[in-house]
Amino acid sequence: MKRVYVNEQWCLGCHLCEYYCAFANSGVNDMVKALKDKDIYPNIQIEEDKDVSFAVSCRHCRDPLCVKSCISGSLSISDGVIKVDQDKCVGCYTCILACPYGAILPSPRGVVQKCELCVDNIGGTPNCVKGCPNAAIVFEER
Amino acid sequence: MKYVIIGNSTAAIGCVEGIRKVDREGKILIISAELHHTYSRPLISYLLMGKTDEQRMKYRPDAFYEENGCETMFGKSVTKISPDKKTVTLDDGSEIAYDKLMVASGSRPFVPPVEGLEKVKNRTSFMTLDDAHSLKAMTGPKTDVMILGAGLIGLKCAECLIGKVKSITVVDMADRILPSILTPEAAAVVQRHLEKYGVKFILSDSAAEFTKDSAKLASGKTVEFDVLVTAVGVRPNTGLVSDAGGKVGKGIYTNEKCETTLKDVYSGGDCTEYYDSALGDVRILAILPNAYMQGLTAGINMAGGEAAFEHAIPMNAIGFYGLHIITAGVYEGESYVKSDGENYKALYFKDNVLKGFILIGDVARAGIYTALIREATPLDSINFDMIKERPQLMAFAKNVRRSRLGEEQ
Repeated sequence: MKRVYVNEQWCLGCHLCEYYCAFANSGVNDMVKALKDKDIYPNIQIEEDKDVSFAVSCRHCRDPLCVKSCISGSLSISDGVIKVDQDKCVGCYTCILACPYGAILPSPRGVVQKCELCVDNIGGTPNCVKGCPNAAIVFEER
Repeated sequence: MKYVIIGNSTAAIGCVEGIRKVDREGKILIISAELHHTYSRPLISYLLMGKTDEQRMKYRPDAFYEENGCETMFGKSVTKISPDKKTVTLDDGSEIAYDKLMVASGSRPFVPPVEGLEKVKNRTSFMTLDDAHSLKAMTGPKTDVMILGAGLIGLKCAECLIGKVKSITVVDMADRILPSILTPEAAAVVQRHLEKYGVKFILSDSAAEFTKDSAKLASGKTVEFDVLVTAVGVRPNTGLVSDAGGKVGKGIYTNEKCETTLKDVYSGGDCTEYYDSALGDVRILAILPNAYMQGLTAGINMAGGEAAFEHAIPMNAIGFYGLHIITAGVYEGESYVKSDGENYKALYFKDNVLKGFILIGDVARAGIYTALIREATPLDSINFDMIKERPQLMAFAKNVRRSRLGEEQ
């Protein structure tokens, strides 16, 4: 299945992926209205050091520790995509304890949020990949 | 093939999902003393806080049993396993045959042997949905509550009563709260937080005698209450396996395939003991993620697949009124501690590996630390200064990052 993969050497550290992610998950049609003067809570995050930067988002592991660890049954796998049911989630953060990539994040709602490969919003290629100006993240089979 | 599962909680559900990864056809029968659809036990405190409800706290959807071809028998207890005949006997005397049996019998609250306990009028433990219902029925704005035990269960109970009762007094023999997961220094941070919400603590003390509505403590103090919650720990339900001649130590013994010493009998969850790879010894680690993984492992093996349950470490995520706590491993060796009043972090390392950590407040990306413990990653292979600062993949070598972020996981 297609997943988001990182080409670290191409990452400019521009953080556009974070903005495109927040936009795709905002439910608003206009990027400016969705993001201007707002704090954003993207499901993808840039790590950066002096000369290196790269994006981290859910790996959609085939045998995911987060799903096995979820105490409420809120995390599940649907056609290979790991999803969180935010209405079921109580924000215990056991998945944050379990994920080796640090890819599950606290959400401003007090529950958790994560990348769902844009399957339930824009569909097709995830918005972070579409917005990356340098192919530092790609959506492909590997 | 006929599978029988004793229990209907985490390890039992993991077992069903494990069986169905391998065998879509075999019959599965789930026998449970509780009458409820599978639900998440740790969510009972969230239920009383109104953060979930009985529908949303179901551990799996309503259609789970049907979709997985499971028959259920609720409200029945198994009283005996006969491994020679390959049957289980129920409390009504009937016998049920199995080809493969899963014992996910869980644990029961330990009732402390304190004089006068039976005289207490309003008393409950806090483990099951029925306990939550009882507690809710017993308490109101005028209720004084005493909780015996400042562990995970006792404090989650305290949290969900904040603002709903007149007073909450927690008593524990230990010198600190959450003694199983926090050091004295870390416990003090959490205690201060809970005290802000009016929870009172009496530590290094224990109940010596009860009347119907008061406790005399070993120190001579008296605590008056309307409701008593006993939360002094749990005991594994091992009797079915030991009575049948299976090996039981601290809990039911299982190998890495989650087999007991009885042929075709498997076990997992809070009734079992297992090897804690961080501690390097056998113990009971009654935590939900491990229960699921044991159940899954047992199920796969029961159905003829191959799976092993390894690298189990203690790990807990818990929070109280917005203060999150994540801990894992054991607190041995050298330590690195950073505290700014609000947030607290302690890392413990020895022999070139991370042994344990405690994070309070800022718990973001804690799983990167957990993985270092679980995988015993040599600390000289990563940038330890970066890892001390915060959990980050940047601390790993370039080729490791390439593999983690550039390959299918």
